[in-house]
Order: sequence, then structure tokens, then C-alpha cells
Amino acid sequence: MRQVRLPRRLLLGAGLGLAAAPLARRVSAADPLKVGFVYVGPITDNGWTYRHDVGRRDLEAALGDRVQTSYVENVPEGPDCERVLRQLAQSGHGLIFTTSFGFMEATLRVARQFPNVKFEHATGYKRAPNVATYNARFYEGRAVCGTLAGHLSKSGLVGYIGSFPIPEVVMGVNAFTLAMQKIRPDARIKLVWVNSWNDPGKEADAAKALFDQGCDIMCQHTDSAAPMQQAEQRGLMAFGQAADQSAFGPNAQLTAIIDNWGPHYIERAKAVLDGTWASQDTWNGLAHGEVEMAPYGPRVTPEAAAAADAVKQGIIDGTLHPFTGPIVDQKGVEQIAAGAVATDEQMAQMNWWVPGVEGQLG
Amino acid sequence: MSTTILVASLLTIIGAATPLLLAALGELVAERSGVLNLGVEGMMLAGAVTGFAATMLTGSGTVGVIAAAVAGMAMALLFGVLTLSLLSNQVATGLALTIFGVGLSALVGSGFVGSPVAPLPKLALPGLSQLPIVGPVLFGQDFLVYLSWAMTAAVAWFLTRTRPGMILRAVGESHEAAHAIGYPVIRIRYLAVLFGGLMAGLAGAFLSLSYTPMWVEDMSAGRGWIALALVVFAAWRPWRALIGAYLFGGVTIIQLHAQTSGIINVPAQVMSMLPYLATIAVLVAISAGPWRGRLNAPACLGVPFRPAT
Repeated sequence: MRQVRLPRRLLLGAGLGLAAAPLARRVSAADPLKVGFVYVGPITDNGWTYRHDVGRRDLEAALGDRVQTSYVENVPEGPDCERVLRQLAQSGHGLIFTTSFGFMEATLRVARQFPNVKFEHATGYKRAPNVATYNARFYEGRAVCGTLAGHLSKSGLVGYIGSFPIPEVVMGVNAFTLAMQKIRPDARIKLVWVNSWNDPGKEADAAKALFDQGCDIMCQHTDSAAPMQQAEQRGLMAFGQAADQSAFGPNAQLTAIIDNWGPHYIERAKAVLDGTWASQDTWNGLAHGEVEMAPYGPRVTPEAAAAADAVKQGIIDGTLHPFTGPIVDQKGVEQIAAGAVATDEQMAQMNWWVPGVEGQLG
Repeated sequence: MSTTILVASLLTIIGAATPLLLAALGELVAERSGVLNLGVEGMMLAGAVTGFAATMLTGSGTVGVIAAAVAGMAMALLFGVLTLSLLSNQVATGLALTIFGVGLSALVGSGFVGSPVAPLPKLALPGLSQLPIVGPVLFGQDFLVYLSWAMTAAVAWFLTRTRPGMILRAVGESHEAAHAIGYPVIRIRYLAVLFGGLMAGLAGAFLSLSYTPMWVEDMSAGRGWIALALVVFAAWRPWRALIGAYLFGGVTIIQLHAQTSGIINVPAQVMSMLPYLATIAVLVAISAGPWRGRLNAPACLGVPFRPAT
């Protein structure tokens, strides 16, 4: 088990020099599979990239000497990514994970030049014979959160801090709202956009504004723990995002949606080692372990916990789908027919809002 | 809008405005002496991470605030050596200082992510803080907020009413003339740049110890740039910087409220652009508009001084 951290600057500089080097490498049975990871942020972000890196470490722990992993962090979405990818492919990596939506085109371009290297792109939708895609069903976790909120909110008013109006975020808001309204039909969600993934000050301001308007639970689709801290200061409640944030809100955190990429990384590395890897789209959730819920906080009543557990179990069993029709959007258009459940395609393109969500809905 | 929401909004606006005001006052003094330091963002981050780390390690917010100020000054000293003694280009050096500060603070802070500290205590003035509305808003703040108000008055008084302040302005208007009379141009500029670093460091401390008591990489999120814009917007006048900081901070907070109330239906992105649009408008006015000349950009701003021997 070895892990090499490659400095990005070095990689970029070395890229040209190595391009001329012969690509043929002797591969013996003892050679471990080299697995590369390309991160958009720092591994210390306590959220998105941090959780991918935990997945990478899980992979090392699970497969030991059979794999050797390396990662490059803080890779901007753009030409830099292509150079980093080319360098990883040329240095003998057999499997490369690119962990941000914006790496999509770069991944496809580099993959064409290295048909023997397997690529996996997170949260994208374009595939190739050697490019697979993967994502996690975070909306399932949102449904569990919504159930808790339905039981625990006194005002029936929940604040939701959004980053950007993309389907991933819309899906989360809708799943949360629908689950909450099953318990409290009068529940309303106040949604505020901060136009950033990581601006603690602005996220805190948004949380303050929403609490001031009478929300008693905060939900977020941004990265920092600032809203959690605000909830703790005011003696109110919040849901953690991407990682357990109970350090910032020991009393406030009800639960957190935790990204857990380890199972996927282990499975796909094994597939390469076994020679069974094929390009596919993986979208797993609670059932497969990609989405985990943090332990319930002190404010969660036994009744709320039981209801949330039931929803979680239902999703795992496949007896409950967070988007089960009839679902009508705010314009009165029926999006999901009675008795039907949303298809993956419908969810991946979701651009409509369920009634009860208030704010600037584009 | 009910009284509670009004008070709450005002409190939030103060939080948003204070780091802008602190950093802008420091940069204002540096620019009045003729030095353009674009490294405010980097100095703020250095202050934020150092303040957080010091508070975490010693358990004392006071130590944290002092450490943040020292860190900001250390960054400013580096800038001073490069631009004032070694005469490197101020714009390029300032940009480099910001990029350096982002990286350095991330490196120093990597061990401090994911742990909270207790926020700086609020110094409620007895009696006064009980008053309705104005009580909590004006008299229930933490030390750095009071300091930002006091410093506005102090800087305004210093620049217009004291001899050293006028010498500093003279250096910024014409370093050749100031030098000819015998004023130590480089030394004065060093002091002004160090003051800028100190204030940026305090602004950073406010971010990581009061506003959101935590350390997150790149947590200033562009506030250093807004502070720079604010100096221009304020036409290098301290009281206008105060008004500008509250205006810029207020716009941010009001748009968050407006988004959910549906009263003002302006896209959130447009509201986020407003501080920069306002600054560009002022810049245009300075360069070409009818107010030209009434705005007082220091004549030697950004010009390196090479004393004739």
C-alpha cells in the first residue's frame, strides 16, 4: 500500500518532457494497479473533495498491495485538468477518477488518446468505451432529512441555502420538501441562493436572514459549516452537508448526508483488476452505501427517528421512492403521474419546483 | 418589516460591513501615501488563519487578534521590501501577494479545518445595550466592530487634522517635492503599508473569529477585492469608506432577504454585481466625468519612488 502525492506544478512542468518518453511499460503480475484521482478542491475542505479522498483511502485499505493510488488536488476546471490527466495516464495509471462536473470534456478528450486507460467521471453524463460515469443519489438522504424536519420543525418553515440552480440542487430541494410535506402538509421552504459553493461569510448571512424570517431548521447545498454554527448559536437546528458537521453544531445537527465513495472506488478497481471493467453509469445511494446518514443529534425525538428510519429503510428496500407521483409542479403541470416514480433521466434534468418552495425560482 | 427583523438585519449588515471597513481603512492610508497594495485579500487570509490558529492554540481571542494583526503586518512588510526598497512593480507584486497569501494560509490552516473556536465576546455596554433597536445594534458588538468605527474617526482626524497625516498625504501627492523638503518618503510609505497590513490582518481576524468562527480555505471569498474597490468608491475619504462599507454590506444582506420575500424581483446575481458596478461608475467619474478633480486620487498612486542621489 503506497500513496504518492503529486504536486500539481511539478506535474504540469513535467508533462512535456515525459510526453516523449516511451509509453511501453513492463507489466508483471506483481505490479499494483495505479489509480489516480483528480480533485477540484483541497483535500482539507471538510466536504466534497475531503470525502472523495476518504474514498481513496478506503480503496487502499481494502485492496492493499494490489493498488497504488495518487491524487492531484486543487485542479482548476479547464486546460490544466487535461494536462494533469495526460500526465497521470502517461505515468502508468490504469484507472483515473475525475471528481468534478467541469472535468467532463477534458476527461473525454484525454480518454480518446489513451484507449487502454479506464476513466471514471463523477456527476457527468457523457460516456465513452473507456469513460464511465458515477454519482450518488443524495436526494435519498434529502428525503430522510425532510422527514425529520416534518417532525421537528415548530414553525413549519425551513430555510434552504442553495449554491446554483442546477438539477442536482433542485432535486435535493424537491425531495426534501416532498418528504417534509408528507408529515406536515403546510410545510414551506424558503430558498436563498448565495451563488457560491464555499463562502462561509455569505452562507452565515443567508442563515441569519432565514432564521430572522422565522425558519427554525436550516438545510444547505453549499460546503461550509457556517450555517450549522449559526443554528448552534441560536439554539435552532440544521442538517450537515457532505460530511458530519457535529463539531460545529453538537446540539444543532439533526443528521448529515455523508458522501461515501469508498464502495464505488473499491468495486471499480476490483473490476479493472479482474478484467471485467466496462463503461457504465453508476448511480447508487443509501442501499449501496454511497449515501450515509450521520448519527441523529440530541434534538431528534424517538418518534422522528423512527419515521426517518422507516423512510431510509423503505428507500433501501426499494419500497419507497422520494419522487412518487402524483407530483405537480408550481405551475400546475403534472411532472410525475399518479403511481409512477421519477425516472433517472427525469431527475437528472429536473428544472421544476414542487409547491411550498419559496424564493427566486428560475 | 417588524422591529425584530429590522434589528436582526442591521446586526447582520454590521457583520458584513466590518471586515470591508477595516481592510478598506488600512488600504486607504497606504494609497494616500502613494502605494497601491493589491494584496489585501492575501493579507486578510494570512490574518484570518493566524488569528484562528493562535486562538485555537492559546484559547485566547485577544492573542488571536494580536497575532492576526502581526501576520497582516508581516505580509505588508514583505510587500514593502519588494516594492519600496527593491522597487518592484506595485501592481504585479500586490497580485503576487494575494496569490501567495491564498496558498500560504491554506498550508498553515490545513491542520485547523473542521474545528470551531468560541467567537469573540460581545462587549455589551451596560445600560445602553438595553435600549430598544439602537441598544443591540450600536452597543452590543464585539471589540473589532467598535474598533472599526473608532478607526474611521481616527484615520479621518489623522489625515486632515494632524501634521504627520498631512506629510503622509504630501508624500502621496508628490514624492519628489516631499523628498526635496526633506521628508523620508520611503520610511513614511513603509509605515503606511504596515498600517494597511495591520488593518487587513484585523479584518481577517474578524472573519475567522467573529463573523464565522472557523477556518476554511479561501474564506475571505473576495472581500479583499471589495475593500480595494471600496477605497476608490470612497474617493480616498475615511467617512465615505464607512458609508460605502455599510452600503456594500447592506446590499448583500438585503438581497438575501429580498430573495425570499419576493418584494424586489432582481436576480441574485445582479445584486452580487452591484458593489463592482458602483465602483466602475465611480472610476469612470474620476477619469472622465464632470466631478473630475473633485475626487482626490493621490497623484503618485502606484508610482515607485527612486530618490535622486
